[in-house]
Amino acid sequence: MARNVMSQPIRVLLAKVGLDGHDRGVKIVARTLRDNGMDVIYTGLHRSPEEVVTAAIQEDVDILGVSVLSGVQLTIFPKIFHLLKENAADDIIVVAGGVMPDEDAIALRKMGVREVLLQDTPPRAIVETLCRVVAERGPR
Amino acid sequence: MANYIPSTKLVERVCAGDMRAVSRLISRAEAGVAEVRSALAEIYRATGRAHVVGITGVPGSGKSTLVGKVVQRLRADGRKIGIVAVDPSSPYSGGAILGDRVRMSEIGTDPGVFIRSMATHGAIGGMARAAMDAVDILDVAGYDTIIIETVGVGQDEVEIARASHTTIVVSAPGLGDEIQAIKAGMLEIADIHVVSKCDRSDAARTLTDLKSMLVLGALGSGDDWRVPVIGTSAISGEGLDELIDAITRHRRVAFETELGQRRRRSVAEFRLLKTAEALLAERFVKARSDRTAEYTEQLLARTGDPYALACALIDHSLKTEQGSTDDENT
Ligand SMILES: Nc1nc2c(ncn2[C@@H]2O[C@H](COP(=O)(O)OP(=O)(O)O)[C@@H](O)[C@H]2O)c(=O)[nH]1
Ligand SMILES: [Mg+2]
Repeated sequence: MARNVMSQPIRVLLAKVGLDGHDRGVKIVARTLRDNGMDVIYTGLHRSPEEVVTAAIQEDVDILGVSVLSGVQLTIFPKIFHLLKENAADDIIVVAGGVMPDEDAIALRKMGVREVLLQDTPPRAIVETLCRVVAERGPR
Repeated sequence: MANYIPSTKLVERVCAGDMRAVSRLISRAEAGVAEVRSALAEIYRATGRAHVVGITGVPGSGKSTLVGKVVQRLRADGRKIGIVAVDPSSPYSGGAILGDRVRMSEIGTDPGVFIRSMATHGAIGGMARAAMDAVDILDVAGYDTIIIETVGVGQDEVEIARASHTTIVVSAPGLGDEIQAIKAGMLEIADIHVVSKCDRSDAARTLTDLKSMLVLGALGSGDDWRVPVIGTSAISGEGLDELIDAITRHRRVAFETELGQRRRRSVAEFRLLKTAEALLAERFVKARSDRTAEYTEQLLARTGDPYALACALIDHSLKTEQGSTDDENT
């Protein structure tokens, strides 16, 4: 199920940016994705946009999932998109996760974030969403 | 398919060191799509510059942390470094969590370092094939030293370490009272032994145990190379310079001596056989479908035996496949 067009497991990079020291949520998501047949590259806490984008490119991921809890979303995502564009890597699908107010989620979508999956999103819905956005992107 | 760049087009960009092209070509190689073969052929002919270093050891022995520290120091000499970090896939879902980057954050944005994580995908020989293709691509992209990190638990992983010019086996204190390398059959394959976490008090014991094992077995002592045992600590930095010195000396052995020549020949042979195994398995998996059900029924009814039916299945699969790819071959 969780396969991309080359019938390889969908590759997802999960990154935590910002200052908060909680990665329990991301780790649970990582396990859910693995258990549904995806390859998850986990990069650890406190990543900078530069680190996240470099890793996403080197790992050639289908999806870059960035989790934020500390309210930095409106400054972090513009940087990420700028770096992706600068490296001609804007075919990587960006998904946001974590906790944020509705108006921020709307702003992120306008910026180009494909899906905003807040903390209460059921695991099944996360898996389905990621499979869908990769299928919609098509081959590359 | 509008956005699909043919693999042969990517080769030129790989040669120019384009990170994006490198990572995409590695993905295609990993997927084993037929379209990538001619690109990989072109790549292979251009390889041979890079020093390939395999690092293996049980999970948690400190391999990724060590790679981070070693690479940081190698970078000071201006050498470009590629890293292929292989972790096992879940046998249940086929997915994997690849966490080696967590321990390599100090080199995460260095433009002279390329880190690629890879899952084993459970295919026999498949991982070896993909990892070695990735090494070739990084070689051609201008990375001077390429490190393959594998978990030393299965035969395949140990073999990958063997497929490199220089093999480092990492042991660590506190992971069981036995030296893990012995259990996994990894004692013999090391060109360099490392005991990591030497900031811990129980590391001295691991070091002496390992050294006495090596003396007993009189391993690796030739005219060209004596296997060193090096204690390291990622915390204090102890032993890192000594390790880098050993890697540099072994690079010379690998490229300039008779021993190194033999090693490179055995790597080439390994490569040939692993690739053949992987291709054979792939062909079989692709072609086997149409008779499997029929033979299963015969086996169930005991009108046939497992060996005869398996032989028939193989013969039939490969014959069918031959017929369907004839025009491609001529
Ligand atoms: N005390 C100490 N701990 C270490 C050292 N190197 C690694 N570790 C720890 O050992 C654990 C496993 O390290 P990792 O590099 O992921 O091991 P790998 O599974 O072999 O790649 C981590 O918790 C590291 O922080 C060291 O030199 N000293
Ligand atoms: Mg590791």
